[in-house]
Amino acid sequence: MHKIWVSAIKEYKLLSRDLGGIAILFLMPLALLLVITLIQDSSFKAVNSVKIPILLVDNDQGEVAASIREGLSSSDAFAIVQEQNAETAKAKVFNGDYQLAIVIPATLSQRLATKVNDNVERMLAAFGLEEAPSMALEIEKVQPIQVTLYFDPATQGSFKNQVKSGIDKMISKIETQTIYKAFQEQLGEEDQLFETEPFITFKEVTPTNGEAELIPNSAQHNVPAWALFAIFFIIVPLSINMVKEKNQGTFVRLRTQPISYATVLGGKTIVYLAVCLIQFALMLLVGLFVFPLLGLPVLDVSGKLPMLFLVAFFAGLAAIGLGLLLGTIAKTQEQAAPFGATFVVILAALGGVWVPVFIMPKFMQQLSNISPMNWGLEGFYDVFLRNASVLQVLPEISLLFLFFLVTLLISILYNEKKHAV
Amino acid sequence: MISINQLSKKYEDAEDYSVKNLSLEINENEIFGLLGPNGAGKTTLISMLSSLIKPTSGSFSIDELTFKEHKNKLKKTIGIVPQEYALYPTMTAYENLWYFGNMYGLKGVNLKKDILDQLAVLGLESFAHKKIQTFSGGMKRRVNLLASILHKPKVLFLDEPTVGVDVQSKNVIIQHLQKLNKNGTTIIYTSHHLNEAESFCDRVAIIDKGEIVIKGTPAQLISNLENATNLEDVFLQLTGKELRDHA
Repeated sequence: MHKIWVSAIKEYKLLSRDLGGIAILFLMPLALLLVITLIQDSSFKAVNSVKIPILLVDNDQGEVAASIREGLSSSDAFAIVQEQNAETAKAKVFNGDYQLAIVIPATLSQRLATKVNDNVERMLAAFGLEEAPSMALEIEKVQPIQVTLYFDPATQGSFKNQVKSGIDKMISKIETQTIYKAFQEQLGEEDQLFETEPFITFKEVTPTNGEAELIPNSAQHNVPAWALFAIFFIIVPLSINMVKEKNQGTFVRLRTQPISYATVLGGKTIVYLAVCLIQFALMLLVGLFVFPLLGLPVLDVSGKLPMLFLVAFFAGLAAIGLGLLLGTIAKTQEQAAPFGATFVVILAALGGVWVPVFIMPKFMQQLSNISPMNWGLEGFYDVFLRNASVLQVLPEISLLFLFFLVTLLISILYNEKKHAV
Repeated sequence: MISINQLSKKYEDAEDYSVKNLSLEINENEIFGLLGPNGAGKTTLISMLSSLIKPTSGSFSIDELTFKEHKNKLKKTIGIVPQEYALYPTMTAYENLWYFGNMYGLKGVNLKKDILDQLAVLGLESFAHKKIQTFSGGMKRRVNLLASILHKPKVLFLDEPTVGVDVQSKNVIIQHLQKLNKNGTTIIYTSHHLNEAESFCDRVAIIDKGEIVIKGTPAQLISNLENATNLEDVFLQLTGKELRDHA
């Protein structure tokens, strides 16, 4: 044990004298956290407060077009710019001048009214309340009609889906209102017979464990994800540290001394684990004190600190295990650094840091299950968003610890095999 | 003290053996020089004897200990001064020696005192708390030597300990090694400085292509060859004058 502590002291001295390394270890993750959260938060605000200009070509000039225009205007998301010609609108969107153009076809209102009246007449006739529709109407079938949407090719899928779903909802509402209106007219009633406001609405409720309801904000989502990303980035400086020792000959000297490889790795584990925990603490502090200064939502850690540090401890161990393995196998810094950095990004992607796991393809979801970053992220989300207890995060932290043990064991065995005498 | 029996080493993908069926006995308290051109197998032999690489075949024992049976005990018995400066550049001389001393199981005030005493003997007392990266080549060589002898090994291997250093540093190093030898340390050293080896070594072996070409005291080797007035003459006559560049 004495030799492990001495090794840890040595690692501390080496690290504390590498100012560039310290900056990378502590400042870069903070910069990353701030930049990502600011971008995500500002894009969220942009969607809600800044109106996106869109083109509207109204060839209908009827009630339906007026309702669509009113619906788009009242959504607060769009600023409507009138355009006379569909081809011009299409060209402007494809040039990237506008994100979206909506072309409402001519006679839309008239044809919708005809279609609805026809259907209503038939229904009332079936109930014996109206004469059967004329033969002409029976033969003339009103053809379906399309509202055309032109999207900028650079527009993201999520935005397209959001717009399509919004317009679809608006059109459904207009259709419903038209049907009600037609019924009312056919029945000869002047007073409003039907309530056209939606009967079913949504209420968002966040599940809790009997405590006050917590609505997760962007800080609650971003801090654990990017803290984990930073914790795993430790594999880059750690593996470089090990490769340096090989290259400068000190590792050769250590191999001639009566110490085990596990002792050498033990010293590194202590110091780099402390670095991970300090990194995590700094990120929490930024979430608590810097975020509000920048207009970002404050991070809520009340009553969660011990659990958060427990998850960070085991996530740190898993990251260090990976770093030790990479440092053991890599021969040059050129091997260790790019591989380490790329591998962390892959693990982050697999772990659900960029894209939620549930929307990944089935195969990627299975891969995600074996990503230590996914275990860590789930652990953090359990604590941050679900107020989990030790027992509830036990599966995740056990997997992280097991990952550390396995990577450590492989490192030791690899070294033994390579340097057996 | 050191008994080497039919020791061989062939590296992966190498065409020839670096050390071939080499047998040698080195006596206790002897200063033994391993001399040879580049690529002769000197460093490979020392690396095998210090447990850094695994022999392809053959065996050896040091003070009747083998690595297979007495790994840690043998590691405490020997000291290795590698050819490179095996030191942490951003740590001070004292910190380097304190760390490597602890790794040998030394600790406490005794270690601290020993480090400062040894630094003083090699003229580095005023540089004890300066970082290695600020040292000259000669100063680094001296700290490199101290890091290998703090635990007072019975056998000391030195791989070209005076290469690239100034004359003053070389003198200090050689004098210190002679003092260690007087106190009972057996020394095995490789060098390209044949004049240095001639005066420093009790016995030498000239190795070429992994095999011992000749061995004996420097005086014996010189007197046994015609027209040889020094060890360099012997060396050139036995190993030839062609360049031994290798990659």
